[in-house]
Amino acid sequence: MSGRDEVLQALRRATPAEVPLPDVERLNAVRYPDVRERFAQSVVEVGGRCIQVEGALEDALRTIPEYAAARRVVSLVPGVAKANVDLAAVADPHELHDVDFCVLPAELGVAENGACWIVQHGVQNRAAAFLTQHLAVVVRADALVHNLHEAYARISIPRPGFSMWLSGPSKTADIEQALVMGAHGARSCTVLVAAAEGGLATTF
Amino acid sequence: MTGHAERAKEFVADEGRMHWHDQAVWFVRNKRDVARSFVPEWEELRSLGSQIKAHTLSRLPDYLEQFEKNATANGARVHWARDADEHNEIVHGILREHRVTRVVKSKSMLTEECHLNEYLEEQGIEIVDTDLGERIVQLRREPPSHIVMPAIHLKKEEIGDLFHDKLGTPVGLSDPKQLTEAARVHLREKFLGAQAGITGVNFALASTGGVVVCTNEGNADLGTSLPPLHIACMGLEKIIPSPRELAVFLRLLARSATGQPITTYTSHFHGPRPGAEMHIVLLDHGRSRILAREEYRNSLKCIRCAACMNTCPVFRRSGGHSYGVTVAGPIGSILAPHVDAKKHADLPFASSLCGSCSDVCPVRIDLHHQLLAWRGELASRGLVPLHKRVVSRVGAWVLARTWAYRVFGKLLRLLAPRIPNPWTRQRDLPPMPRESFRSQWRKRVRPR
Repeated sequence: MSGRDEVLQALRRATPAEVPLPDVERLNAVRYPDVRERFAQSVVEVGGRCIQVEGALEDALRTIPEYAAARRVVSLVPGVAKANVDLAAVADPHELHDVDFCVLPAELGVAENGACWIVQHGVQNRAAAFLTQHLAVVVRADALVHNLHEAYARISIPRPGFSMWLSGPSKTADIEQALVMGAHGARSCTVLVAAAEGGLATTF
Repeated sequence: MTGHAERAKEFVADEGRMHWHDQAVWFVRNKRDVARSFVPEWEELRSLGSQIKAHTLSRLPDYLEQFEKNATANGARVHWARDADEHNEIVHGILREHRVTRVVKSKSMLTEECHLNEYLEEQGIEIVDTDLGERIVQLRREPPSHIVMPAIHLKKEEIGDLFHDKLGTPVGLSDPKQLTEAARVHLREKFLGAQAGITGVNFALASTGGVVVCTNEGNADLGTSLPPLHIACMGLEKIIPSPRELAVFLRLLARSATGQPITTYTSHFHGPRPGAEMHIVLLDHGRSRILAREEYRNSLKCIRCAACMNTCPVFRRSGGHSYGVTVAGPIGSILAPHVDAKKHADLPFASSLCGSCSDVCPVRIDLHHQLLAWRGELASRGLVPLHKRVVSRVGAWVLARTWAYRVFGKLLRLLAPRIPNPWTRQRDLPPMPRESFRSQWRKRVRPR
């Protein structure tokens, strides 16, 4: 008998009487008086920066020192002036090893934990998001929800594909509990909350 | 054979370090309390987590088959392993087929449990742990001492010496920021040179066939977005029904583990990247045996947050290595005897049964009840040392007889400080009261 059948048979013998699945939607989950303010606060608490974009996105980006200093810039948000790496032209993700700055669009932001929902549908090189030294994430102000339950009710997970919650910069506290930003991935993460009428593309 | 008590003795011999470790781990427990305080529905969330797991376990084979079907539809290949050896052979087989000699691995307690590193190294494959704490203990050639913070037993100066020796950092470097930077540079090279990436799995979604991996460093993502081969290794209890339930566990996991509202990266892998391959290895390794046993079944709900360790007074003062197993602390002490009851017979006794573990567990595992259940079972299977059995027998006999209790109470108040007692080797016995509680109470209720 194959490993698969043997494991399944052992489990079937061991499985207890069915226990009902509770209804998660009945949970009265935390909500905030001002979702935009709480989101911004959470982003800061997870080690990120949050900028409310009132005018042009480019003007807001230019206030980020790491963007101003960046040489190799990837952007999956259209209209970013300094973007000079075309992901579609990158045959091997290893070519992205020296990316300085990456701008990603997010479909959704979650107020309770500062997480942004970032989706890749299959064509582009997702390595850019992890190899880059610094990150900016753009999310629309009307795409902010209170908690993760609301978030999962609104998103759809690409299949096949890659998607993630990103909450702040890469970090570690593995050496004596000292929090250090920039473990392997982005050293900084700036979340730009854009006014609703941006017409942002939200997937890459 | 050395047991928990002997290994703990080595750890507590350095009293300064023991207190430092105790404080470091307790600090994390405190952060969990703070994070929990921001979620008013926390207790309800714990109940939901527990009930979802109970449901999933009651339909485990169905959900696994559903997962396999959907994962395959996403383009991943699913493998089944009965035990650790088979798991290692499957992983090696995939690597061999792709002629892989350099692998990066993100944190996976399951592959630690299977001793995958040692196995692959014997086959001539370089396997590099990329979680900073895991890399530190790998360079020291020792196991992790904590499932979330693998190097929590080490001081920064020791890590500085290690990095000087292995990575060529300047002598005496002990600044965590500079040490982390050195590791970043070292591991970037490994990421860029790897031919395959191995990850663990935090949650697997039956309805979508995807696996979810949570990290703060981003190492699982770097390890899977560069090489053309991703192997995800998971225990078969990691399955949950759908993304709706995932929300519950993601809200519980990081808060319970480190006091964060969510980890930095929570990656949902649904099939391979275009042009790449993704394999998922499902491992039983004793889990079906646990499922069959009602009194221990709840332990399969564990989401590996380590809150039970961080709160455990025994873990905090004896260190993770004293348990001699990958998953230490209260949860490890109830899991390990299922694999080898004789070898790990002392672990269920490495507890004061204070119940703090059960109080913090995000999925409400009845940890201290299971520790007690194991003690009974081990005793009836003759796996408890003679002195413990004698003491328990005498204790039971005395506690069942009022007169004997009275006599022994009096005797012990007199003799306890004078009897040689292994318990007092590392601690002081509190001063004995002059009279029994019974007589103190009598005086209070009926004062003369």
